[in-house]
Amino acid sequence: MSMLPWLHPERVALLERLLRERILIIDGGMGTMLQRHELDETAFRGERFEAGHDSAQAHDHPGSCDLKGNNDLLTLTNPDIIRGVHEAYLEAGADLVETNTFNSTRISQADYHLEHLAYELNLAGARLARAACDAIEAKTPDKPRFVIGVLGPTSRTASLSPDVNDPGFRNVKFEELALNYTEAASGLIDGGADIVMVETIFDTLNAKAALFALSELFHQRGNRVPVMISGTITDRSGRTLSGQTAEAFYYSVQHARPLSVGLNCALGAADLRPHVQVLANAASCFVSTHPNAGLPNAFGEYDETPEQMASVIGGFARDGLLNLVGGCCGTTPAHIKAIADAVRDCAPRALSSDHSKAA
Amino acid sequence: MMPRHTRLSGLEPLVITPDLLFVNVGERTNVTGSAQFKKLIKEDRYEEAVDVARQQVANGAQIIDVNMDEGLIDSEAAMTRYLNLIAAEPDIARVPVMVDSSKWTVIEAGLRCLQGKGIVNSISMKEGEDVFLEHARKVQQYGAAVVVMAFDEQGQADTCERKVEICSRAYELLTTRLDFAREDIIFDPNIFAIATGIEEHNNYAVDFIEATREIKRRFPDTHVSGGVSNVSFSFRGNNTVREAIHSVFLYHAIQAGMDMGIVNAGALMIYDDVPEELRDRVEDVVLNRRPDATERLLEIAEKFKAKKGEVVVENLAWREKSVRERLSHALVHGIDQFVNEDTEEARQLSTRPLDVIEGPLMDGMNVVGDLFGAGKMFLPQVVKSARVMKKAVAYLLPYIEEEKLRTGDMGKNNGTIVMATVKGDVHDIGKNIVGVVLRCNNFEVIDLGVMVPAQKILDTAREHNADIIGLSGLITPSLEEMSQVAREMQRQDFHIPLLIGGATTSRAHTALKIEPHYKSPTVWVKDASRAVGVAQSLVSKDLVDAFMTKIRAEYAEVRERHRNRGPGKQLVSLEKARSQRFTCDWTNYQPPQPRQPGITVFDEYDLAELRTYIDWTPFFNAWELAGRYPAILTDDIVGAQASELFRDAQSMLDRIIAERWLSARGVIGFWPAAQAGDDTEVYGADGAKLATLHHLRQQVDKPVERPDFSLADFVAPKDASKQDWIGGFAVTAGIGIEEHVKRFEAAHDDYSSILLKALADRLAEAFAERMHERVRREFWGYVPDETLDNEALINETYRGIRPAPGYPACPDHTEKRTLFQLLDATRNTGIELTEGYAMYPTAAVSGWYFSHPDSQYFVVGRITREQVDDYAKRKGWTREETERWLAPNLDYDPD
Repeated sequence: MSMLPWLHPERVALLERLLRERILIIDGGMGTMLQRHELDETAFRGERFEAGHDSAQAHDHPGSCDLKGNNDLLTLTNPDIIRGVHEAYLEAGADLVETNTFNSTRISQADYHLEHLAYELNLAGARLARAACDAIEAKTPDKPRFVIGVLGPTSRTASLSPDVNDPGFRNVKFEELALNYTEAASGLIDGGADIVMVETIFDTLNAKAALFALSELFHQRGNRVPVMISGTITDRSGRTLSGQTAEAFYYSVQHARPLSVGLNCALGAADLRPHVQVLANAASCFVSTHPNAGLPNAFGEYDETPEQMASVIGGFARDGLLNLVGGCCGTTPAHIKAIADAVRDCAPRALSSDHSKAA
Repeated sequence: MMPRHTRLSGLEPLVITPDLLFVNVGERTNVTGSAQFKKLIKEDRYEEAVDVARQQVANGAQIIDVNMDEGLIDSEAAMTRYLNLIAAEPDIARVPVMVDSSKWTVIEAGLRCLQGKGIVNSISMKEGEDVFLEHARKVQQYGAAVVVMAFDEQGQADTCERKVEICSRAYELLTTRLDFAREDIIFDPNIFAIATGIEEHNNYAVDFIEATREIKRRFPDTHVSGGVSNVSFSFRGNNTVREAIHSVFLYHAIQAGMDMGIVNAGALMIYDDVPEELRDRVEDVVLNRRPDATERLLEIAEKFKAKKGEVVVENLAWREKSVRERLSHALVHGIDQFVNEDTEEARQLSTRPLDVIEGPLMDGMNVVGDLFGAGKMFLPQVVKSARVMKKAVAYLLPYIEEEKLRTGDMGKNNGTIVMATVKGDVHDIGKNIVGVVLRCNNFEVIDLGVMVPAQKILDTAREHNADIIGLSGLITPSLEEMSQVAREMQRQDFHIPLLIGGATTSRAHTALKIEPHYKSPTVWVKDASRAVGVAQSLVSKDLVDAFMTKIRAEYAEVRERHRNRGPGKQLVSLEKARSQRFTCDWTNYQPPQPRQPGITVFDEYDLAELRTYIDWTPFFNAWELAGRYPAILTDDIVGAQASELFRDAQSMLDRIIAERWLSARGVIGFWPAAQAGDDTEVYGADGAKLATLHHLRQQVDKPVERPDFSLADFVAPKDASKQDWIGGFAVTAGIGIEEHVKRFEAAHDDYSSILLKALADRLAEAFAERMHERVRREFWGYVPDETLDNEALINETYRGIRPAPGYPACPDHTEKRTLFQLLDATRNTGIELTEGYAMYPTAAVSGWYFSHPDSQYFVVGRITREQVDDYAKRKGWTREETERWLAPNLDYDPD
């Protein structure tokens, strides 16, 4: 698949050039920003889902279902709020924004009986981010902005059994995940995403299904977009939820020849550092990280301040570990601005000569 | 450029670098290769089938091959179920999986279960290039390496030429048509059975080996693998010959570049261990060296097969050999049963009794030394060998004395070494082991025992005209004492080499704190296995200069690095560390009240009860056998030795308990206590202050949410107005050990003597563990319903801690004095403190109990002069005294 041409060769060339010049900034958390709006059920439903189901869909299930908490649905029902978040991050200095599509897969939307929306949510999510990027890029043409189409982990795991009495049992199969991801990724690419990122990977087998789907999709389309991969070390054991070390994780996904590999979520920057270091040593591609604003406190809130987070991340950058950096849960435009300031004068992590073709 | 190594993964990475030499792929989880595994799968006994994989990994398989190709099995379903099951076992899932099937659909089913990067075994051009490329592309998309079999439209390649031709064509297709990573290509040029009686088969092994050589020459980043057991297929039922064939075949194939193979990881014979007669004939067959090779191997094959059944006869066959060989055999195998009669026979054959030692006995010990040095023998075996040697020497001694009186001939040895555990320290297991190993290598060892003052060591060395002095110690104050001995040696104009060893010593400490004080050679010896090499280098006129040049350069570099170590880990000020102390919501905290305050004494504690609490892993480590119990018992390398040692330990434990060799005594106590700064104040029942416990605080630069700990933090502060408590304990399992150690030493049985000491240590540790459990459940009683198994105890998953003075959380050994006073420990248990604050008997453990749910073990680590001064004030010490006792913790070089 690495022999296929790029869908947008000039955008990829631009992105790769920038990555060699400086550390690029990814945006921060979506959830934290949405919480500030204190949206209620009505806000989530908008007009189209006023009755708790999709009025535009004749064969939808007849009943009503609470939609509050389905953040991805806001792309359709309250697009201005989502676009506002993208813009806030772009203004704070983000070079790349992530689409609001973390849960836009059939499996995850099934919780709301909205599985039929998967393609549409990804398409609309990518378009919304594209529009936000294009608008600001028109004002500051010397600073190109990129859309990262996000493929989340889904709510199921392919290599862990949910049944303690039967470790061989699985509630989702590779093939089903691959179909989910093919549909979602088609929406992202059709909607104008520059890059697709498989992120918050706590089970590498889910990610491998996503990567498999992407390679098949690229193969069918006859062209490809760059892929970013970001895993999650779930706790201080230093392993993914499915038990892999950071290095083992990288080797498991290296075959996709990603633009970047990295880690996000679950831990704050300080706790992520040793694992990012492992990736920086092992990876032949670019390295990214978008940590949480520390660990959640007793109330589930993240309270690492922009200054604290930026000071730790500044250390990563000074030590040459990073090519892309942003924030995950609990981070805000203030965090992204502080991080952008902290890494501005640091050189990006250097790639050895044969890496350019890896992307 | 990143080196193009194959990078595989299970839960953990496996990078195939050239220094791995050969990657073992476990073959037992293969229904086509293992009748047992097939049976388990067919009968749906998956749990047992999972154990087969576990054993493979435990036996050293770095990858496991899984094959479910059997007509009566739904192979896809079986592959999926099996891989899902082993994915749930971290000790198996840590290694990569090789998905093995001749059916593509089964391979694909397997790939869909692997989160790691595995290997597909195999694809080929059997059905043409298109299918081959389509499968390879899928393998790429699933993220796996691939075994490519030398098989094309015409069939399987059997000649060297065809193997190379097919592999080259496959390589070309994969790298140009697909951009397949070349390091992910593994060729299987087909291993076929040899010695089948069909002439055309005779060259199959040679064809494989030569093809391997050429493939690796053309495509050095690729690998060559194969199913090794095929080669010996014609000798089914004769495992000895089969293993010999595998061993010889691999020996040559690996030299040619084969770097991976599907093997029974537990049953590989070492090339050197194949009996010579068998090896020669097998080599003729494998290398196709003569036309009658097969017949000649068949001639002797039955003989080797028969031997397997007659273990007893085989075992005593060595008694038929010459006396020289018998002595050598007895030494190498540690058998002391016949040593007196053999020694007597050898003596009668010699002109002088000394000739027996310098001849057959030393020859045997040289074999032992060589095998040990080459990693083919392990420490417990060497100690047993030494026991045989000592017995033989003891037998000869009266004759030698008689001879000496008659002739004045003193004999010669490698050199004389004076060894001692330094003043203030009583630990000697490691030192005794080193002594044994050195004696095995013909050094005369004068062992001064424990707690030996510097002057006595030096006087003894002068008196015996010693060639080397060796110092040992385990506790941290011994480091300072060793440095003191070095200074004295310099002052008293010594010129002989000084060896430094023991658990707390290190190259860095020796280079920084000892070597600079003594001008003659000063060398740190890492462990017993290094001792002989070092000692021999030092006494050899040919070796010593080059050896010391190297050592001195190393130490100079250590010092240089130490001087230049940047402000890497900056410490924070004491004030900052204190402001970041661990604290909790004391107002809402209810300290648990002990059910049995004051002192409780335990006399003659039941050893049988303690036995079940033993943590065996450190026991094996004491014998320099690396690994965790119980896995160590089946370890590929040291398993056999570990099991033997374990059996000996168990039978000695039986006797220790049944015959009351040792008695265990202990004392515990609980007192009201309150946090006062970094100290803890301890009060009597009447509220009067009994003592102040001094603690050190971490000064590590940590993020705000992570505290800089001091043990004091785990007790409620005075102003919280909460009645909190602290506990203390001292236990020993070493009362009465002297008599038995002496008995063994008199019988020249160092093995049993060291074994007994090591077991007493384990029992003392078990006692501490058991006592802590009872404290939590009964005496303090803050977790009355705790139920943890021994493994959970070893892993410290319980609430509360029992840190010992002198260990990382409270590194000041002198605090033991306060502990002992509070417990009246010496009177209550018989444990004494030396001037260096070591406990005697050595099989003893003491420490504090903290009950706070968040209390945890931590390492104080380095401290600044600011804290040293503060601590000195609290202890009523001078700065110099403080720096001496806390030397290993100082973050600076004292003036």
